[in-house]
Amino acid sequence: MKKNNILPGFGVTLGFTLVYLALLVLIPLSALAIKSAELNFSDFWEIVSSPRAAAAYRLTFGASLIAAIVNAIFGLIVAWTLVRYRFWGSTFFDAAIDLPFAIPTAVSGIALATVYSQNGVIGQFLYPLGIQSAYSQLGVTIALVFIGLPFVIRTLQPAIEELERESEEAAASLGAGRLAAFRKVIFPALLPAILTGFSLSFARAIGEYGSIVFISANIPMRTEVVSNLIVMKLDEYDTAGATAIALVTLLASFAILLFVNAVQWRFGARQRGIA
Amino acid sequence: MSAAASPIPAPRFRGKAPVRSATDDPVLAKIALILGTLTFLGLFLFLPLGAIFFEAFRRGAGVYFASLVHPEALAAVRMTLFATAVCVPVNVAFGLCAAWAIAKFDFRGKSFLITLIDLPFAVSPVIAGLVFVLVFGVRGWLGESLDTIGFDVIFATPGVILATLFVTFPFVARELIPLMQEQGSEEEEAAIVLGASGWQTFFRVTLPNIRWALVYGTVLCTARAMGEFGAVAVVAGNRGRTNTMPLYVELLYNEGKFAAAFAIASLLTMVGLMTLILKTVAELRLKAERKALNDTPNDDMNTPAAKPLNMPGDLALE
Repeated sequence: MKKNNILPGFGVTLGFTLVYLALLVLIPLSALAIKSAELNFSDFWEIVSSPRAAAAYRLTFGASLIAAIVNAIFGLIVAWTLVRYRFWGSTFFDAAIDLPFAIPTAVSGIALATVYSQNGVIGQFLYPLGIQSAYSQLGVTIALVFIGLPFVIRTLQPAIEELERESEEAAASLGAGRLAAFRKVIFPALLPAILTGFSLSFARAIGEYGSIVFISANIPMRTEVVSNLIVMKLDEYDTAGATAIALVTLLASFAILLFVNAVQWRFGARQRGIA
Repeated sequence: MSAAASPIPAPRFRGKAPVRSATDDPVLAKIALILGTLTFLGLFLFLPLGAIFFEAFRRGAGVYFASLVHPEALAAVRMTLFATAVCVPVNVAFGLCAAWAIAKFDFRGKSFLITLIDLPFAVSPVIAGLVFVLVFGVRGWLGESLDTIGFDVIFATPGVILATLFVTFPFVARELIPLMQEQGSEEEEAAIVLGASGWQTFFRVTLPNIRWALVYGTVLCTARAMGEFGAVAVVAGNRGRTNTMPLYVELLYNEGKFAAAFAIASLLTMVGLMTLILKTVAELRLKAERKALNDTPNDDMNTPAAKPLNMPGDLALE
């Protein structure tokens, strides 16, 4: 780009961008930090460490972690299958991966609650086995698997496409079986993408609300997630409580996204080093 | 990627086609993986999707259509369309402005600005709603002054619009910025030098170059605007006065009116399916255009592309 730019419109476009960004995003978000600062630390700590909040954090982070692990494993299988194999309907299945993004979360929420409840299409087989797939912590996890599913798959697909067949051929010619080639050659090459997809899925799960709220039944201490606790606090006009709990969640998601950036940066640096 | 960049191309052996190439998986593994994929997608994607339409029509087409033309349903549809009609143009205008400033000019703090534009994606929907309650709510920063002039934001339409604007904020900008950065500004500079006005340059040179990315971003923005639930639920409260379609779905479901809830949900699902189709078309066009762009011989072949097409953020529809 040139130093003496002859294109018009810099002042207007940047000005509008900055003003709009400040008014819509930065000032409202700063309200969260400032309102939390109005609480003194012991009050803040009392809110975020109360048994109900602690239970909500444990469930949210625990279920999000399990869901992200499930998505990492099955995401790898699905992504591998969709990229490497051509089978009947594979193009259709590929397009359908984005469904959890395309369908509003409230709609997914009532659909999942119906399908996994006692009389639902899937629930009717699980309940007799003693698996309570709805209105339980398992139900929360199921919703989070659904909502995080595209992240791992969509992050992995380009990575699998870019894998060098040559190194797989080399592994085979050196006597490695297919499984050994996967373990020693393919998996390490895909690891950054798996980690990125895993973290994105995890971060998304932590803030999720719409798809969980119907299948969880929102029982305090048992199936209440953080997002729902924030909504409950607001309904009780406990703005301070909602703010304190929200701040902790927000910082956690920022930390995860920083981790994603670090992974991508390190991976990018390694690639540039080779080139 | 690194193979293409390495100075000596790796030798490729293409002999007689063997029964199974060394990079093919064993047939049994293949079948197992395909079955695993189909089971997983079936349990988590297709059965819930099918359930929406099954439940919607469970009590017959009569109930289905009656639920859709119920006055409250129509009010919710109207509210959703109104909020979408306000939010999408504003965020498209913002996306174009931000992309123009960032891609065509050099200034300090540019990459920081790009990070800030992505910020709303990192904020959970419920928290997005909460921040507006903190600013405009009864005990918020502007709550009292708004109350004296009798202008409601929270529990009213302006709140719904603000929350929707917030959650759909980055969609258009983040599609346009990497593409326009990659395209550079030689073509626009040529147009200006040849005497075109700024607007002429934009409409005749820039817009044709970015149209599919713009369509793509706008589609994602529209889908999210119509379907947002968490952020809107927080600002609209549980008064039931300002219902969007997703809020109305919740209301019906919690009242036990399942057929009606799924009828409205089926409308939103159809919007979602349409989004997927439009998105796939725009994606294919965009890929073709990028390929054309990258195949054009130019002197800075060695600079890596600004950003791969399939960045995780592309899929942050929700």
